[in-house]
Amino acid sequence: MDTYSLLREIADSWVLLGMFGFFLGAAIWAFLPSQRQAREDASMIPFRDEKPRKSCTGTCADCSAAKLKGELNV
Amino acid sequence: MLYDFEGIVMNYIKLLLLGVITFVAALAANWAHDLAYQIHAILIMVVAFSMFIWVLRGTDTPKVLQSNEHEYFDGVIRAGVIATAFWGIAGFLVGTFIAFQLAFPQLNFDWGQPFTNFGRLRPLHTSAVIFAFGGNALIATSFYVVQRTSAVRLWGGNLGWFVFWGYQLFIVLAATGYLLGATQSKEYAEPEWYVDLWLTIVWLSYLAVYMGTIVKRKEKHIYVANWFFLSFIITVAMLHVVNNLSIPVSFWGSKSVQVFSGVQDAMTQWWYGHNAVGFFLTAGFLGMMYYFVPKQAGRPVYSYKLSIIHFWALIFLYIWAGPHHLHYTALPDWAATLGMVFSIILWMPSWGGMINGLMTLQGAWDKLRTDPIMRMFVLSLGFYGMSTFEGPMMSIRAVNSLSHYTDWTIGHVHSGALGWNGMITFACIYYLTPKLWGRTKMYSESAINWHFWLATLGIVLYAASMWVTGIMEGLMWREVNDQGFLVNSFADTVSAKFPMYVVRGLGGVLFLSGALLMCWNMWMTIRGAKPATVTTPYATPAE
Repeated sequence: MDTYSLLREIADSWVLLGMFGFFLGAAIWAFLPSQRQAREDASMIPFRDEKPRKSCTGTCADCSAAKLKGELNV
Repeated sequence: MLYDFEGIVMNYIKLLLLGVITFVAALAANWAHDLAYQIHAILIMVVAFSMFIWVLRGTDTPKVLQSNEHEYFDGVIRAGVIATAFWGIAGFLVGTFIAFQLAFPQLNFDWGQPFTNFGRLRPLHTSAVIFAFGGNALIATSFYVVQRTSAVRLWGGNLGWFVFWGYQLFIVLAATGYLLGATQSKEYAEPEWYVDLWLTIVWLSYLAVYMGTIVKRKEKHIYVANWFFLSFIITVAMLHVVNNLSIPVSFWGSKSVQVFSGVQDAMTQWWYGHNAVGFFLTAGFLGMMYYFVPKQAGRPVYSYKLSIIHFWALIFLYIWAGPHHLHYTALPDWAATLGMVFSIILWMPSWGGMINGLMTLQGAWDKLRTDPIMRMFVLSLGFYGMSTFEGPMMSIRAVNSLSHYTDWTIGHVHSGALGWNGMITFACIYYLTPKLWGRTKMYSESAINWHFWLATLGIVLYAASMWVTGIMEGLMWREVNDQGFLVNSFADTVSAKFPMYVVRGLGGVLFLSGALLMCWNMWMTIRGAKPATVTTPYATPAE
């Protein structure tokens, strides 16, 4: 079989099926009720972080993490 | 204090590289086979040598290392916003001029030949508006959005600046190349081989900066705007490389020969061409839409579900739509039909995006009355919806037999480009300028209003005149008398189109003047000018 026919064969069978399957999977995933929380959270992303988020090193002057640690006695 | 000693080693590598580039460019300037190549070689030599001197002057002084991870990298975005406005004016100006060249051919001045004829200015216009105006807007907004939705500074440090300046160099090389006659005659991909190679380097750096930022993000989810921007960057890289596969005739000349030929070449070209529309002018700008429309409306996007589904639908469908540019050609029928069918299906995900954007205003529609920036966003989404309905319709073979090769196509492109891409870019500029320069709002709100109406009226004049002249032209070409002979000659259509060409030019003048008003407004905002205010005279009541 020449390259063209071979590629054509693969393209309109398994690749087509695979891509369509991926699309269906993504669509079903988008509708999963268990993802509702994640979707709502994601849609609020533009309204956070006017400044880059700091990574917690526990060295801030009024460190709330250290205070919490003290209260919990850990 | 920490000093940057690695930077010194890097400086030596930079010096070596810049020295070699300057030397090779000098050789190229001497041995060049054609004018465009020679001027480009001189340009590259001057740029590389200036950078050499600049790096040399700071070589052995170690810089103090400072962590700037606590703030976003906004310098490059400020530059990008200014570049967007600058190239916008250049592109609109050339567009308006060539519109009048079509109406009044005397404007192809004898003294400017062959550099300023319509044939050379047209690619300058299309590249300036799509790649320079649109491209700078995309780079600037994508850098702005990816940082704020990932909650981290842009990855790669000065690589962001390399992307910006490298892209400007690409624009200058492309634009001067067209005027000097270096073109590979592929629509929207005219630049010759060495400019293509340079763009590939810049584009891969862009991808690296973008991906790097997403990888180090502090936000769990990758926000939908980033999906669109990322698909735009990756797809454009793929399209650019495949469509520009060519072999240079000589290393010392600009001419190159395409690897594909015949109908394969045509198919590759329109696979590229239509996906440039699909991923550059649609996916990328939808990325802008998904961040700036919710921000301006002050409410989250209407449906996150819909954004996921319409993203994947758009990605899977767009890539097949290209063959609708090649109806009634040597392209096999099945391929043309495939392109047509996918173009029609594409209508749905396109409107998914429009609906999602428009419905974000649910409960905030009153902003349309008070906020001219919001009005621009809504108008751009309206035009997006309109042109993504018109496009699928024009891709139907029967409609295409009337519309193809006529000005209807030009009208369609401009309702999308001026209406959707132009308007959303203006709105983003108005959103970004005060934010980036620390002002509370734009200097003049009434100037935004004026811009809105000037641009809208300009687009209406443009699109309406092109519909009329396009359909008229198509009907005149196919008109036959009772003997079966064609009634009209080509020149008949040309003279019949004259009034519409003048109207189109006027539309361009309006659109351009709106953009000039925007530049003035930006200038006043950045300068920090205070609007002139008059206190209401206090009248003492007569007693």
